[in-house]
Parts: sequence; C-alpha cells; structure tokens
Amino acid sequence: MKKLQQGWSVAATIGIALVVAAITAAVTALLININERKTEAKNPFVRLVEVTEDTTDPSQWGVNWPKQYDSYQRTAITTRTRFGGHGGSEALPDEKIERDPWLKRMFLGYAFSIDYRDRRGHAYMLVDQEQTERLTKPQSGSCLHCHASIMPLYRELGGGDAMKGFEESYKFSYQELSAKLHESGHAHPVSCVDCHDPTSMRLRVTRPGFINGIQALAASDAPVPHLPSVEQWRAGSRAQPYDPNVDGTRTEMRSYVCGQCHVEYYCSTKMPLTFPWGKGLRASDTEKFWNETKFPDGEQFFDYKHAESGAKILKAQHPEFELWSQGVHARSGVGCADCHMPYMRDGATKVSDHWVRSPLLNVNRACQTCHHFSEEEIKARVDAIQTRNFELLQRGGVAIVALLDAVQAAKAAGATEEQLAPALDLQRKAQWRLDFIAAENSMGFHAPQEAAMVLGEAVDYARQGELAALNWAKPAAAKVAASQP
Amino acid sequence: MSGAGAVTLLAVLAGVLLGVGAFTFHYAEGFSYLSSDPAACVNCHIMRPQYDSWQKSSHHAVAKCIDCHLPHDFVGKYMAKGLNGYHHSRGFTFQDFHEPIMIKPGNARILQANCLACHEDLVHELIGGVNGEPDEVQCVHCHAGVGHGETTGLGGPERADEIEGSES
Repeated sequence: MKKLQQGWSVAATIGIALVVAAITAAVTALLININERKTEAKNPFVRLVEVTEDTTDPSQWGVNWPKQYDSYQRTAITTRTRFGGHGGSEALPDEKIERDPWLKRMFLGYAFSIDYRDRRGHAYMLVDQEQTERLTKPQSGSCLHCHASIMPLYRELGGGDAMKGFEESYKFSYQELSAKLHESGHAHPVSCVDCHDPTSMRLRVTRPGFINGIQALAASDAPVPHLPSVEQWRAGSRAQPYDPNVDGTRTEMRSYVCGQCHVEYYCSTKMPLTFPWGKGLRASDTEKFWNETKFPDGEQFFDYKHAESGAKILKAQHPEFELWSQGVHARSGVGCADCHMPYMRDGATKVSDHWVRSPLLNVNRACQTCHHFSEEEIKARVDAIQTRNFELLQRGGVAIVALLDAVQAAKAAGATEEQLAPALDLQRKAQWRLDFIAAENSMGFHAPQEAAMVLGEAVDYARQGELAALNWAKPAAAKVAASQP
Repeated sequence: MSGAGAVTLLAVLAGVLLGVGAFTFHYAEGFSYLSSDPAACVNCHIMRPQYDSWQKSSHHAVAKCIDCHLPHDFVGKYMAKGLNGYHHSRGFTFQDFHEPIMIKPGNARILQANCLACHEDLVHELIGGVNGEPDEVQCVHCHAGVGHGETTGLGGPERADEIEGSES
C-alpha cells in the first residue's frame, strides 16, 4: 500500500515537473518572440555597394535595398484583373485587337493594327518591345525613352548633356539605338536609377520628355489644382523654368516619376519625343495642342493616315497621368504610388511595394488605409465604374465602325476627298477620344466622369461624321451635322 | 527518487519558471500596460502609424489613447484592457490579423460612448441615447479624421498566395 502511494507521488512529481517545464518552455518561446518583434523594429539599411548615375543594373541596388528589389522583381509575375493583364501563359499576352475588332479597323494604316497586346509587368518592358511585330515597320529610337534605363546612353550621345543626347535620339532607328544600348551594357528595363537619386535615394525625375512637358504645362494657364507646386511656381517670378526636381512636392514626385512614361506622347521619326501638355492635360487640351503642332516640313501634325478613309489620325498612347489628373484621387492628393506602390509592412519597416500592379490585387494596402470598407465592397465599387466605362466604350466602337462604313459607301458612290473632308475631320476627333480612353490603362477608373465625357463626345463626333458621310452630296446638310456646342 | 529530492526538483523548476516568467514580463514592459501612457500602445510597432497620426491630430491636446478607446469606469476599463490585451498579444505573436488594422464592433461602441462623454451636450438632439440603437449614427462615420487624421495604417507584409499568381 505504501509502495503504491510512493509510486503515485513519484508519478505526480514527474507529471508536475513536466507541466512546469512545458510552461517554462512556452514562456521562453514567448520571450524569444517578443525579442524578434523588438529587433525588427530597429532596422537600418546598410550600403554595401556604391551605386552611381551609371548603375543601371537593378541587382546592384538590390544588394543595398533588398526589400525594395525583391518586390521590384515580382513585376515578372503574371497578374490579371477583369479588364487588364494577360492569361497567364509564358507566351506573349493576348491580342487586344483580336478581342475588339473595331480597334483593328480604327488602326488600319498604323503599326498597332499589326500587333497590339495586353500589358505585362515592368520586368518585360524591354524584351516585349524588342519582340513586337510592330518592329517590321520602321520605328524610331525615341521608343527607348521609356523602355530602357537609357540615361547613360543619352549622356553619351549628347557628350555629357542628356537633354542634347535625347534630342538626337529620334533620328536613330529603333534597331540602331537598341544596338548601341546593348553595346553600352545598359540594356535593362526601367531601373532604380530612373526614379531615385543614387546618393540620397530621394525620388527624382530623369526623363527629358517629362521635364519638357511639365515645363510647358507650368508655363500654360491650364488649371492644375492637383499640382500645387505648379500653381505656386506660376505665382512666383518665373525667372527659372519649372523644375519638378526642385519645385515638386514629395507627394507630387510620387506621381511625377510615373508620369515620365505613363502618358500620351509623340514618338516617331519626324521630330523628338513630345509630351503634348502645352495647353493642359485633358483630352480636348491635348487635341488642341496636336492640332496646332506642325512637323518640321510645315505639315499639320498627325500620327498616321487611316488606310481606308485617308483621314489624318491622332493615335493616343496611354494617358494614365493625364486621366488621373482629372479624377478625385488626384484632387485629394493621392498619387500614383499611393495605390500602385502602397506602403507595406515588412517586420516593423514601412516599405513601398515595388511590385507595381493593379490596386485591385492589393486592396488592403492600396485602398483600405483610407476606405474603411471590406475588400468585396471596394472591388464591387470599382467594378461598377469600370463596367459602365467598358459599355460606353463599346458603343463608341460601334459608332466609329458606322462612320467608317459610311465613308466607304460614299467613296464607292463617287464622293471626292473634298466632299468627305468634314466626315474625315470628325473621324479624327472621334477616334482621338475613343482611343484616349481605350488605350488608357484604368478602364475609366482614374477619372470616371471625365472618361464618360470623353466617350460621350467620341460617340457624338462619330455619329456626326457618319451623317456627314451619308450626306456627302449635300454639303449644307453635312455642315449642319458637323455643328458642335 | 526520494520525497525531498522531488520537492527540491519541483522548487527549482518552479523557480526557473518564475524567473523566466518575471523577466519576460519585465522585458515585454508588462507594467506599462497598467498605466495610461500612450507610449505603452506603441510597445508593439503595429500601432506606430496610429500613434504618430494621433500626435498630429486635432484631439492630441485633449485626449490620450485610453480616453477614446477604453471605458472610463474602473471595472469596464480593466475588462476592456484585459480583453484587448489578450487579442493583441495573440495576434501580434502569431501574426495572423488583418492589416491595415481596423476597429471591431465592440471597441467601436466604447469609442462612440467616449465621444459622447465629452460632446453629449452638443449632440444630444442628434443621438438617441448612448448606443441605444444598433444602427445609430456613429460620430466617427463622418468625423473620421479627428483622432488619427484622414489616413492611418499600413498594409501588411507580402503573403505567399500573392506570389503564386494574382487574379482579381
């Protein structure tokens, strides 16, 4: 009996000892966890390698700033949203022009009717450009302004002056300049040095096209309430031209760096790359700028002659910066990087997510810090805006095809170029607006009301043009049709 | 094992637990949670954006964290401290919470009661009584910026499912 009792008390002692030991182990684990959390709150970066203006290889910068570099590399990952991105194969993205046949009809006579695909991430910008079938047509060296880390090459071409080198670059063919780029060892897609000062890591803009464009915008009197430093510069002496790197606010720089490329521009062989901002940023302002622009030979500016109708067409690129400028986010001081490169937590460190992508793939970081609703609610709101924009855009597509059909019919019936001039002018206007929204990469979200207005004008001009073509034999009727408010 | 030996072993083990436990409590600044010092709320870095933005907000001069976020009576205050303390420690240790952090319904009710504790004289005609109706208007629904400015918070770290290919 006593032995049994003793046996029990030994077992109990061992049991209690094990429990206490387990609790002690758990408390120690907690201690270590607290230590980890405290350690991650202290986190400087260490500059292990020197980076300079000529360090275009992002992996060098990645040694010093691995968190940013890691997320930058993620731009190679396939992403897809309802209205953007591509299907996920390793091959090139889908053809936009196959999905929306009216786009192909609109672009007849332009290289975009040969090859025009959905976008991929930053990591692919150079290799995709080198592979596009649009290169079967002569293309200008200007294109590399935004597809490569090109500043060292501009400095080389300009004998140290990047602006001078830039002004020369349009005279080269794409192939010539691309060969030089590869020789120089700077054949990287957009890289750290394009937006960051290598000594201070401060945001800065480097692209001559943007610097010229924003200077022209500042010198104009177009209202830019979302760019307070421009308004401040206008109120000053204007002794020096507006310099985004000196005058721009930190908030503005978070959009300016993206505006170096995500804009409308002229990029071909007749004159240097041009950002058309001298009369403002709206679709109608830019159209006015192009209408008043003349090529060096004196001819009125156009991007291509439409292969069917002969109209001199303006091709819109991807005016994200311009459309964002008209929206409520810009007006509230929310820049590109706030939604496309939102701050994320890495341990206790606040890091800008360099995996530049749609905010719809990043709702908690991009939207929920300001909008206190569930992810589903936020996505549903965006979808409502984009779906309506898409439907209006498709109506525009139907209208532009109707215009082109009417022009073809008029030509077949013997209409002269002069008799069709009003219809062709309206085609230019309609296509400019339709393309402005179709090529812009937010499906109207950056400024929904502005997008709806531009598309409304596009449909109206297309139908007016259709009427003008139908009434080609009755110039008075055509003139009435072409009236505008 | 003799009875005395077992008791000694237990005493040693219990002493180790007490020592490690006490050090852990001290290292985690456990006593600071009994104070009303806002600095205690940033012992964990997760609340750093909320703390920083509060310092620049309009209510900075008149209200500390606990004035808005904890009941003002002793029992309620320590109940809420205990409950929130448990949720926060568990979340921060296992890193399994939603980011940006958002207030939960229970804490939102405490917050609303505290708005009224100061401002009731001004708003009693708008508000049907403290937390009377579930759909009663919440002060911070419109006055979202009074405590922490317009935007506060930080999205969380990268998740494994993001890298596998994103679709929305």
